[in-house]
Amino acid sequence: MVTTPNGFDLDTSGKRIVVDPVTRIEGHMRCEVNVDDEGIIRNAVSTGTMWRGLEVILKGRDPRDAWAFTERICGVCTGTHALTSVRAVEDALGITIPDNANSIRNIMQLNLQIHDHIVHFYHLHALDWVNPVNALRADPKATSELQQMVSPNHPLSSPGYFRDVQNRLKQFVESGQLGIFKNGYWDNPAYKLPPEADLMATTHYLEALDLQKEIVKIHTIFGGKNPHPNWLVGGVPCPINVHSTGAVGAINMERLNLVSSIIDKCIEFNKNVYLPDVVAIGGFYKNWLYGGGLSSQACLAYGDIPEHPNDFSADQLHLPRGAIINGDLSVVHDVDVRDPEQVQEFVDHSWYEYAEPGMGLHPWDGVTEPKYELGPNAKGTRTNIQELDEAAKYSWIKAPRWKGHAMEVGPLARYVVGYAKGHEDIKNQVDGLLRTMDLPLPAIFSTLGRTAARALESEYCGRLQKHFFDKLVTNIKNGDESTANVAKWDPSTWPKEAMGVGMTEAPRGALGHWIKVKDGRIENYQCVVPTTWNGSPRDTQGNIGAFEAALMNTKMERPEEPVEILRTLHSFDPCLACSTHVMSPDGEELTTVKVR
Amino acid sequence: MAQRVLILGIGNVLWADEGFGVRCVERMADQWAFPDNVRLLDGGTQGLYLLPFLEEADVLIVFDAVDYGLEPGTMKIVEGDEVPAFMGAKKMSLHQTGFQDVIATARLMGYCPPDLLLIGCQPEELEDYGGGLRDIVAAQIEPAIRVALDKLAKLQIVPTRGEGDKSLLADKSILRSAYEDGRPSEDEAYRYGDERFLPAEVE
Repeated sequence: MVTTPNGFDLDTSGKRIVVDPVTRIEGHMRCEVNVDDEGIIRNAVSTGTMWRGLEVILKGRDPRDAWAFTERICGVCTGTHALTSVRAVEDALGITIPDNANSIRNIMQLNLQIHDHIVHFYHLHALDWVNPVNALRADPKATSELQQMVSPNHPLSSPGYFRDVQNRLKQFVESGQLGIFKNGYWDNPAYKLPPEADLMATTHYLEALDLQKEIVKIHTIFGGKNPHPNWLVGGVPCPINVHSTGAVGAINMERLNLVSSIIDKCIEFNKNVYLPDVVAIGGFYKNWLYGGGLSSQACLAYGDIPEHPNDFSADQLHLPRGAIINGDLSVVHDVDVRDPEQVQEFVDHSWYEYAEPGMGLHPWDGVTEPKYELGPNAKGTRTNIQELDEAAKYSWIKAPRWKGHAMEVGPLARYVVGYAKGHEDIKNQVDGLLRTMDLPLPAIFSTLGRTAARALESEYCGRLQKHFFDKLVTNIKNGDESTANVAKWDPSTWPKEAMGVGMTEAPRGALGHWIKVKDGRIENYQCVVPTTWNGSPRDTQGNIGAFEAALMNTKMERPEEPVEILRTLHSFDPCLACSTHVMSPDGEELTTVKVR
Repeated sequence: MAQRVLILGIGNVLWADEGFGVRCVERMADQWAFPDNVRLLDGGTQGLYLLPFLEEADVLIVFDAVDYGLEPGTMKIVEGDEVPAFMGAKKMSLHQTGFQDVIATARLMGYCPPDLLLIGCQPEELEDYGGGLRDIVAAQIEPAIRVALDKLAKLQIVPTRGEGDKSLLADKSILRSAYEDGRPSEDEAYRYGDERFLPAEVE
């Protein structure tokens, strides 16, 4: 047995379980664990089986175009990469943006948070807790009563409504198109909901699908189109013209009214559906408090949603910035992403090579030189790995560390940092939820805590969105229609060499782009994405990453059915598309689970 | 009422031949203008974001690079109920899982277009991050477009020669020529984003 510097006892003597790929995530990842005789996870290994190569493509490109490339690296958080990219370029070139651009960017970014959180909960994560097949056995009348008890203000609650949904589900399942519901372990005892709760939650799965179609209209209005909305260095690419109705594409009152109505719909949904569901479903799993991992000891947030344009000081950000280390919530450290000693990436256990082993590189000096080799204890071949050797290199994900610490990022990390800082909205939300569920504070350091933090954040983001919408409208009414600053658009106005950094809080956590510009072209571009933090392999010192830590000591009901592993990994909303690139084109169609 | 047609290119333009589908709709819009009931969309690797477009279509034509284990550059045309299954034949990349789920989800919601056509091409190279289309795959763009035009002809939809609506296609900085040539001049790749949304000061 080995104890890691960050305090986890790793024991590799039990049988090894391999889950590859982990399903219902964006991207491709693999996970291996050792379980003891009682089915408890005693060692965890998380690996990204794809290579990240964005740095290679951006070199030599026009920095003003970087957003359009970075928007393509992910199938989910297109806008957040684009925003991070334009911020990095603006930072490097000293470009400021007008007030309206700040409000519109915030509305877009908050919209992405809300969209992602709702879609994640209902369409990627709920099936770890909710059994849609069991929903077929529910009594629609009892489901209606449950719905009215859980959320008295939700209008869709009649027995007939639930009967219709149940019939639709039945047809879908009977037609053999289980599709999105396939690959489930539907008879596993880890599922605890009664059929009525399963039907209610599955119904909301469908309601959320309808809502998300509305939510994305905000991206279309401000970004010109969706998917792949337009962005602009220096502001936003949508002119405002509230005095005409004819100008194609301009933001007018009719469009603003549509935005306002969508914001209100999301606020209602969060209040009447999402949060009540998390409380109701969580209530059946109150004893399942696994998965805390690093959340009680090491959390990192860059912060986002600046109240004023061009001001990223910590006290001006609505989503908090800060770092917590060594489990000490009484001290929130400030984070400086420019400091070469703070954010560093290590590759001793990653399939890359630096000039010297053991060194960590700040992203501005980042190097991406692939070196694929398996350790001496790996089993299988280079193209068909059966078992990884985590003592050697074992992942395409680098290991970023903050002052040497492995950190968790994401909604729970933001909420832990916010709570520790005494952020009023966050503290009220967390305390209120714990009171409702009759749980103590440490309960939030768990898989369910991560899931609950995401729901709380979705609600909070809705309120923030309304705030920035009102601010935008007030500004326009006062005659300010400016949305872009093009004073430094021309490269002849730029310094010969410049470097900058853009930060955002993506739905799944802290995201940074570091850029170096030379002679008007990109000299180096490095993205450190949230899943690089959470999914990182071990570092030089042997610290395990957030996914690995969160899996530790979890009891599996049936080791050959990795429901518990999926629950905890999904709770991070992992997205490997932007951290990596497919290694082998011959991916298995279904998840394979191998017990050795 | 005229049938509403969605012509969708999917795949990741940053991964060499994976960009085939997106490049097909791009070229199509370069050459042809369609009546209002036909929409050309660059779907990228998006999943649920595409649902609203499916809901508003009666006919779905998808261009995509799909791995059928054939010779590189071989075209594969699949219609109707076979489309989702074929897209999952071999999961070479992320977007296909995503798109299969989009179709399944659209069916669950009752708004999957009833008429489906997949125009696929066997890729040669995917492991070239930042690369463009290989010649053998690029050579299939025109034949692929002809298949789509034949399908449209059966629906009595006649396009006119000349540039069509590009409002749902990629930003100019990553259109094929700009992307593959790497360092486009301003004339080739307009730098200011989408012209429709230009702030007045820029002009």
